[in-house]
Amino acid sequence: MSSLLDALWEIFTSNSTYEGAAVAAGLLLFAASGELIAERAGTINISVEGMLVGGAFTAAVGFDVTGSVVVALVTGALGGMIVAGVQAEMSHRLVADQFVVGLTLNILVVGLAAFLEREIDLETSRASKLVIPLLSDIPLIGTALFGQPWPFYLLYALVPVCWYLLYRTRWGLEVRASGEDPQSADVSGIDVNKRRRQSIYFAGLTSGLGGAYFVFVQIGRFEPTVSGRGFIAIAAVIFGGWTLRGTVAGCVLFAGAVSFRLSVQGFGYDVNSELLQALPFLVTIFGMAIFARRVRPPAALARPFIRGLK
Amino acid sequence: MKARLVELSTLYFLSVMVALVLSAILVEATGGDWWPVVDALLEGSFFGAGRWGQTLGAAAPMLLVALGTIISGRAGLVNIGQEGQLLIGVAFAVYFGFRIGGPGPINVVVLLIFGAIGGAVWAGVAGVLRFRRGVPEVLSTLLLVTVATQVVAYGLKNQWLLLAPEANRGNRNQVSEQLATDNRLPRLHIFGNEIPLGVFIAVGAAVLLGFALSRTIWGFRLRMLGRNPRAAQRAGVSQSGFGLGAMLLSGAFAGLAGAVMLAGGGFQFGNYRLVPGFSASIGWTGLLVALVAREKPAAAIVVALIFGGLRTGSGFVSSTGVEARITDVIQGLLVLALLVPPAVMFVRDRRRARAATMART
Repeated sequence: MSSLLDALWEIFTSNSTYEGAAVAAGLLLFAASGELIAERAGTINISVEGMLVGGAFTAAVGFDVTGSVVVALVTGALGGMIVAGVQAEMSHRLVADQFVVGLTLNILVVGLAAFLEREIDLETSRASKLVIPLLSDIPLIGTALFGQPWPFYLLYALVPVCWYLLYRTRWGLEVRASGEDPQSADVSGIDVNKRRRQSIYFAGLTSGLGGAYFVFVQIGRFEPTVSGRGFIAIAAVIFGGWTLRGTVAGCVLFAGAVSFRLSVQGFGYDVNSELLQALPFLVTIFGMAIFARRVRPPAALARPFIRGLK
Repeated sequence: MKARLVELSTLYFLSVMVALVLSAILVEATGGDWWPVVDALLEGSFFGAGRWGQTLGAAAPMLLVALGTIISGRAGLVNIGQEGQLLIGVAFAVYFGFRIGGPGPINVVVLLIFGAIGGAVWAGVAGVLRFRRGVPEVLSTLLLVTVATQVVAYGLKNQWLLLAPEANRGNRNQVSEQLATDNRLPRLHIFGNEIPLGVFIAVGAAVLLGFALSRTIWGFRLRMLGRNPRAAQRAGVSQSGFGLGAMLLSGAFAGLAGAVMLAGGGFQFGNYRLVPGFSASIGWTGLLVALVAREKPAAAIVVALIFGGLRTGSGFVSSTGVEARITDVIQGLLVLALLVPPAVMFVRDRRRARAATMART
């Protein structure tokens, strides 16, 4: 027993646990911040998974061609937005069911990426580390937050930008109105479906960046799958009660659980890995069940808006 | 009306063609040949010896899942967790099937019943959360999929749950015991095809459900609940009672699909064992079938057959030197193509109606 406690002490005092958690949380944050905005506009954007893989693929291609991580991030964002384009135009211009489109996109994009990966050889590498002096000397969390490959630091800009967009601009207000009461929003002159499309494009942008991050920061090579991380990002948004604060907390918590599992296994202890993997989803479900009356999803979440029809 | 039908079928034809041409361009652009891929797909799904049986065997569970989705959809519930419900269904079937035992045919029935119960339980969790705690079922069913995967993975690691005793699992880890020969769903041999009995169960259920939805009071109430919950409530259709029932039934179909895969799937699905990755995305595909068929049981039969064909055909594609994952791409493009015509027609109909009212005033 005491050796277990020693191991736990070791895990919680070692920088690598926090570094692993921060890297994993980064991907979730990229995906979840855009997903949050899409959901506030009224779409459950199931195709995050596809957007992540699409972004990862185009980012890898961008890097392969130019050898520059900056270009890769741009092409990654574009790749995510292409996937978002299909989702947005099909579910909110034509009135196709958003779940069919989302699920199909996940299959399609993952299949396409796997297919193309076999045909072309992609050279990728990790982005270079950028250690911020002084700040990275903070014990425990210093290197986790300030000693990462440089694309990680985009998050420090992205999260505040999301907050500002969603809560402090007219656009954000209109997005939230479209998700809460599309009829009223429509009457007051907001083009509901346009706002929904735009918010999905934004989700594509951030998830595409997330895909690039996955390739250049998290695993250092291209893989045509993100193994369900997109769904964890969706869970984080729901867990966070559709607020930015809660979403960030959800991402950090879920990523922490993953990192903890890996560390504990590294010490040779067998934790119930199934339970830990199901944990984000269980916690989210319990959270919703307990706080369902207080934490309320956007009222028109997953309801298509057609003028004149309720 | 006739002009509209012509318009709709033209749209369908055009969009499917676009999907196929896009796939063809993709194959050709990466240095493959398109026609051999098509040949392989058709050979693998329908024309090759004994392939009909395989295709039907894959289509049957998809159809069952789709039928469940149709029930919940008609009641206005968005159940998107069939993959999880299916898995828990299989797990129930394995757990109780081996413990209850019994002579051949009876055991098969036990398997199917417990499969359905398992699926219903898993959907019931989401249903209770929806009607007691107000948790949207869209979210809970989706989240429960991953939980189900992990529950089954845990079960397959522990002998007191699903894992087979060491003597019966060879050198494999994480497999359940294999169903004995007389505990399997029989297969009919027709013209050199082995057709699993599950196909008849699925088609029979589709016919029954089609009748029940359109011709019975139950079906009417279900639709009323879906179209206008408030009116339904006033007319005495309890939202929680009826909705929960629809949810349970929907999960039961998914679970039944799982049990059918276990008891009659053969080599296609785990060879009469519950193995990791057993569900093979049948739950997701079945959900797609229902949504592409626009929640009509008759259409679901056709769509399930197409998707089943794509799945079995994909096994033959790799022999052409083209990466087999191309079938995922073809399937995805086809689904998107099938979504476009009804959506375009909807927009056009509304525009026409508006133009007509404009002309009148």
